[in-house]
Amino acid sequence: MQLNREALTRAYRQMKLIREFEERLHEEIQTGEIAGFTHLYCGQEAVAVGVCEHLTPRDKIVSTHRGHGHCLAKGCDVNGMMKEIWGSQDGLCNGKGGSMHIADIDKGMLGANGIVGAGAPIAVGAALSNKIDGPDDDGKLAISIAFSGDGACNQGTTFEAMNLAAVTKAPAIFVFENNHYSEHTGDAYAVGTSKDIASRAEAFGMKVWRADGTDFFAVYDCMREVLDYVRTPGNGPAAVEFDTERFFGHFEGDPQRYRGEGELDRLRATRDCIKKFRESVTGAKLLSDEDLDKIDAEALDAIETAVQESRKAPRPQPENVLDNVYISY
Amino acid sequence: MAKLMYRDAIRNTIFQEMQRDERVVVLGEDVVGGMGTAGGPEAIGGIWSTSTGFYDAFGPERVIDTPISESAIMGAAGGLALAGKRPVAEIMFADFIGVCMDQLWNQIAKFRYMFGGKSVCPAVIRMPCGAGYNAAAQHSQMISQFVTNMPGIKVAMPATPADACGLLRQAIRDDDPVVFLEHKFLYAMSGEVPDDPDFCVPFGHARLARAGEDVTIVASGMMVGYAETAADDLAQDGIGCDVIDLRTTSPLDEEAILDSVEVTGRLVIVDEAPPRCSLATDISALVANKAFASLKAPIEMVTAPHTPVPFARELEGAYLPSPVKVAAAVRKTLEYR
Ligand SMILES: Cc1ncc(C[n+]2csc(CCOP(=O)(O)OP(=O)(O)O)c2C)c(N)n1
Ligand SMILES: [Mg+2]
Repeated sequence: MQLNREALTRAYRQMKLIREFEERLHEEIQTGEIAGFTHLYCGQEAVAVGVCEHLTPRDKIVSTHRGHGHCLAKGCDVNGMMKEIWGSQDGLCNGKGGSMHIADIDKGMLGANGIVGAGAPIAVGAALSNKIDGPDDDGKLAISIAFSGDGACNQGTTFEAMNLAAVTKAPAIFVFENNHYSEHTGDAYAVGTSKDIASRAEAFGMKVWRADGTDFFAVYDCMREVLDYVRTPGNGPAAVEFDTERFFGHFEGDPQRYRGEGELDRLRATRDCIKKFRESVTGAKLLSDEDLDKIDAEALDAIETAVQESRKAPRPQPENVLDNVYISY
Repeated sequence: MAKLMYRDAIRNTIFQEMQRDERVVVLGEDVVGGMGTAGGPEAIGGIWSTSTGFYDAFGPERVIDTPISESAIMGAAGGLALAGKRPVAEIMFADFIGVCMDQLWNQIAKFRYMFGGKSVCPAVIRMPCGAGYNAAAQHSQMISQFVTNMPGIKVAMPATPADACGLLRQAIRDDDPVVFLEHKFLYAMSGEVPDDPDFCVPFGHARLARAGEDVTIVASGMMVGYAETAADDLAQDGIGCDVIDLRTTSPLDEEAILDSVEVTGRLVIVDEAPPRCSLATDISALVANKAFASLKAPIEMVTAPHTPVPFARELEGAYLPSPVKVAAAVRKTLEYR
C-alpha cells in the first residue's frame, strides 16, 4: 500500500459515508417515510471506493439498482442523494427517479439503473466517446466503467457489451461485483461458469483481474493496474471480478430465507471491509484509532444533516410530472 | 366459492393446471427462489408468492428457475410451446418486456402466421405490471398498449381474483400465446373464486361491473376498481354508470362497449397507460366509428400523461388516474350540452 495519510483518510471517509448512509436508510425505511424499492450497498463499500478513488471527472461510471455506493464514491452530493431518495423536488433528480435512478452526469455518474444488465452497453458507449476524444496530454485515455453484479452478468446485454468493447477496443472496464446472490438465487446456481465471472470476459478476449472486494487495498492496487492498462490507447477493455458481500437483504424488506445459519453474523465479523481497513491502517500505524473515530463521527454528522434536510426539503408539485420529458416539443 | 387473494388465485390456478396437465411447466427468475443457496430451493417460492410450493410438488424439470435473462426466458417459453409443452413464464416486472421484446413480438406472436398456420404456440407470459408502489420509471409501467398491438398475441388483464383464476386457466388451456397482465397492486385484493377446477373465463367477453344508464365507463386491470369507486360515488348523486371491465384487450369485446354506448351516449375510458396509441385511443376510435350517432358528448379519456412513471409519491399520484379523476370526467360528459 503506497497511499499517503491524506489519501487513506479520504478513502476511509468515503467508505464510512456510504456505510452510514446505508445503515441509516435501513432504519428510516422501516418508518415508512421513504417510498419505493431501495437496495442497500452495505458490505461492498471497498469496491466502489477502491475503484472510484482512481477516477477523474472525465471518467464515467454506469451503476446498477444497488447504486448509492457508486454514486457517493463518484462524488454525488450526499444531501442531493438523500433528498432524491426522500422524493424531494430538491433531490438530485427532482424526485423523479428515486433510489434506483440517481444520476449526476457532470460528475461522470451516468445513472443507477433499474434494469439489470442495462448498464454495460451504456458504459461501452461512453467509453467509445472517450476513445473518440482521444488521450490527454499524458497520453492517457479517459475510461468508462460498468458496474455489474453476479446476476447482471447473465444478461445478453452484458455479453454483447463485452464483445462490442473488445472488437472496438473501447476503453471500458467491466467491474463485476460478485456478492454471491442475485435476489434470492445463489451464484452457484445462476452463474454457469462455476461461479467464475471473470473467465467469461476472458473468453471475449479481454484481460481480466480478480481480487478480494472486501479488502480496500486489494481493490485499489488491482484497479491501478487495470486502469494503467485501459488508459493506454490501443489496449481496449478489461474486466475485474471482486469477491464481495452484501450485508442486508436484496431489497429492504427481504426476509433472506436463503441465507445460511449465522451467515450474516459471520460476514459482518470476517468480511467487513471497513473493519479490515481499520485493522490494517492502525496495525501499520498509518492512522490512529482517534483519527478514524473522528471520521466516523463526521460521517454520522453528515448523514444526520442529510436526513434532517431531506425531511424539510420542498416536495414536488403535481404539475412537475410534466417537466423534463423532452428538451423541446 | 372460496375467498382468495388475487395472488393466491393465480398460484392455485397454475398449480391445479400443472396437476391436471403434465405439459404445463413454469419458468422465470426466482420462481423457485433459493437455488444455489444455503437456504435451498423454495427459500422464497417466487417474489410475488405466485409459485410457492411448486418446486416441491413438481420438481426442477417442470419448475425452471432461470438466471436473469429475460430474452432467454421469453424465447424458451416460445420453444417449449412449439415443442408441445404449455409454458407459463414469468417476467418479474412487465417493464422488462423491453429486454425481451424480440422473442415475444418477432417470434412467439408471429410463428403461426409466418408458418402458414402449421404451428401451435400455447405459451402464457405472466407480466406483473402497473404503478402504485413508487417503484419509478422502470418498475411501474402499464404495457397493455404494446402487447394489444401485436397480432398473434392475446392479452388478458384480470381485475378481480375470480377473473385472475378464470382468465389464467383459459390462458393456459388456450392454444394461442397469451400475455397475462397481472396488476401488482391487486395481488392482495380478496374476492370469491369458484371452486370448479374447470372454471374458465372465455376471452373476448367483458364483465359488467356496475350497471347504469347515464354514462359508460370502460376500464381494465386496476382501473376497474377506480371506475367502480367513481360509479358508486356518482350513484349517490343519482348518476348511473355502466362500468365495463374489458377482461381481455385482445380479443376486444366490441359489442359490450357499443351496446352500452348506444344506451348512454356518453363514454369515459380509463387507461393506466400514457395517452398516445393506447387502449383509450383504440376504444375511442371504435366508438367514434361505429356508434357515432349515439354519442351525446365528446368521449373522455382518463389516462396517465405522456411521461414516464415518476418516483415521488406526489408525482406518482398525479400521474395515475384516480376515482376522483374518473368521476370528474363522467360529470364533464354529462355537462356537455
Ligand atoms: C431486466 C431485469 N430483470 C430482473 C430484475 C429484477 N432484479 C432486480 S435486482 C436483481 C438481482 C441482481 O443481481 P446482481 O446483478 O447480482 O446484483 P445485486 O443485487 O447482487 O447487487 C433482479 C433479478 C431487474 N431489475 N431487471
Ligand atoms: Mg449479486
